[in-house]
Amino acid sequence: MKVVVCIKQVPDTKGGVKFNPDGTLDRAAMMTIMNPDDKAGLEAALRLKDQYGAEVTVLTMGLPKAEDVLREAIAMGADKGVLVTDRVLGGADTWATSQTLAGALRNMDYDLIITGRQAIDGDTAQVGPQISEHLNIPVISYAQNLKIDGDSVIVERQYDDRYHVLKAKMPCLITALAELNEPRYMTPGGIFDACKAEITVWGRADLKDVEDSNLGLKGSPTQIAKASDKVRKGAGEKVVLDPSEAVDYIVDKLKVRHVI
Amino acid sequence: MNLEEYKGVFVFAQQVDNTINSIAFELIGKGKDLADDLGTEVTAVLVGSGVKSLADELAEYGADRVIVVDDPELKEYRTEPYAHALACVINEFKPEIFLVGATAIGRDLGPRVSARIHTGLTADCTQLDIGDFPLNPVPGKEQKHNQLLMTRPAFGGNTIATIACPDFRPQMATVRPGVMQKREKKAGVKANVVEFNPGFTPNQNYVEILEVVKAVSDTVDIMDAKILVSGGRGMGSSENFKMLEELAEVLGGTVSCSRAVVDAGWKPKDLQVGQTGKTVRPNVYFAVGISGAIQHLAGMEESDIIIAINKDDTAPIFDVADYGLVGDLNKIVPALTEKLRAEMAAKN
Repeated sequence: MKVVVCIKQVPDTKGGVKFNPDGTLDRAAMMTIMNPDDKAGLEAALRLKDQYGAEVTVLTMGLPKAEDVLREAIAMGADKGVLVTDRVLGGADTWATSQTLAGALRNMDYDLIITGRQAIDGDTAQVGPQISEHLNIPVISYAQNLKIDGDSVIVERQYDDRYHVLKAKMPCLITALAELNEPRYMTPGGIFDACKAEITVWGRADLKDVEDSNLGLKGSPTQIAKASDKVRKGAGEKVVLDPSEAVDYIVDKLKVRHVI
Repeated sequence: MNLEEYKGVFVFAQQVDNTINSIAFELIGKGKDLADDLGTEVTAVLVGSGVKSLADELAEYGADRVIVVDDPELKEYRTEPYAHALACVINEFKPEIFLVGATAIGRDLGPRVSARIHTGLTADCTQLDIGDFPLNPVPGKEQKHNQLLMTRPAFGGNTIATIACPDFRPQMATVRPGVMQKREKKAGVKANVVEFNPGFTPNQNYVEILEVVKAVSDTVDIMDAKILVSGGRGMGSSENFKMLEELAEVLGGTVSCSRAVVDAGWKPKDLQVGQTGKTVRPNVYFAVGISGAIQHLAGMEESDIIIAINKDDTAPIFDVADYGLVGDLNKIVPALTEKLRAEMAAKN
């Protein structure tokens, strides 16, 4: 069984975001991490490796330094890493990104493709389902549980007020929720493997059945009109009071604002 | 692609168990604003099995027309038949704008449909306008008018971006639930219904539903609450939420929580406010023991009045609070409940 996990190196938004003087994101100044939903997807794949001897390949698209996230995945237990990097792929929206990854996947063997539900930089949740459409395979999004049943997967698919237990024939694609599992740590042996692992690097020419008009900034149907730092409403009053004064303060404000 | 052929604002009228989701009415409401600007109409697309009788409700909230796609294959939501339904509606009726709720259904359906018909899709929009792209004229580049300008938060709520889709149709967006306003319901309005069935033949992309497991929940939807009493990690334990429930009860409000509380297993996910939870805009939002991570703020900062109680005076929640109290929630909250109970009793 062959599993490909799509992972993304993302800025760690928890530490706040830094900007260049021109207003674009200063990615170089920010710490990067493996996107959390993707890490849960990787862990799910590694459990299939533990249980069934699945071969796990991690695939990413990005700048050359995105190689680091592939090595981290290998240190956790992935077998192989593929980096798709090429100047002509830059500036891609989700359409062009999913076209790129689908183009790479057409050159790979897979029974199951796992992506994270969404990345913490864009939060779109689009690339997984879009890849599945380009490859004409079933998709199950928002997976909160996953098991294998012969040539099929059985997945708990989360909704707001329920979940569905779904069965899909492989090959198929699932998108993983961070709730799916608790990802393992890198092991010393894994880190040793990761250091000497050969990362496969692919460029535009290695993508199969994708037209230039669907790649990079030029192949992106969506275009940015404006981007800016979020303007928040200003802080109001902040007071330090004894509990009884605090209570009077709140009750007074609720009256002034006609809540009570 | 001849862009001129594409006319009208379409919205996906999400229903589950043959009950229309509130997001459908919100999209119709926003769709009407956009349609007014463009001099066109709003069409709701209702997809399901035995759903035709729901069409009038969409008309009551302002839908000028309802396209009903009714087929037994559409009984429960599944990606493939629903994507087929919407892609066929788009190819047949050629809308210029297509809006979908950014729900657990819409965020799966939207990308599959947009990939099938080759157009752009902007995720989780919080604002939609009609305007020019580029916003200001750029020498050597055509400025297109009457474009859908889609605004959304990104980078965990740290930035906002406005996005256009000038060369493809329809312009597609998923829209964050709870952000757009419904129009007032006009009881008794009858829908102008168009029935459309493109045919549904199961193929390898149809998944099998083995089981539907509904969460047993008698809680109110926090998105409908006028007063929310929200607790965070600072509550310390599941048991301590009792005092928030008492405060909420006195005010006729509802308890909600931050992500940390869900992660700790103290409260279920449907009560979570924030980027990965729900967007709320109640009249009053009490943030109790919530530090105010940017992902949390993204889900509640549009509330009319924000009251924060936290012992850490550097907590970011104070940056958005109208009234911030630095103090011990374990002392303030029960005393506040008592005082309000007395106030309410005196009033009645």
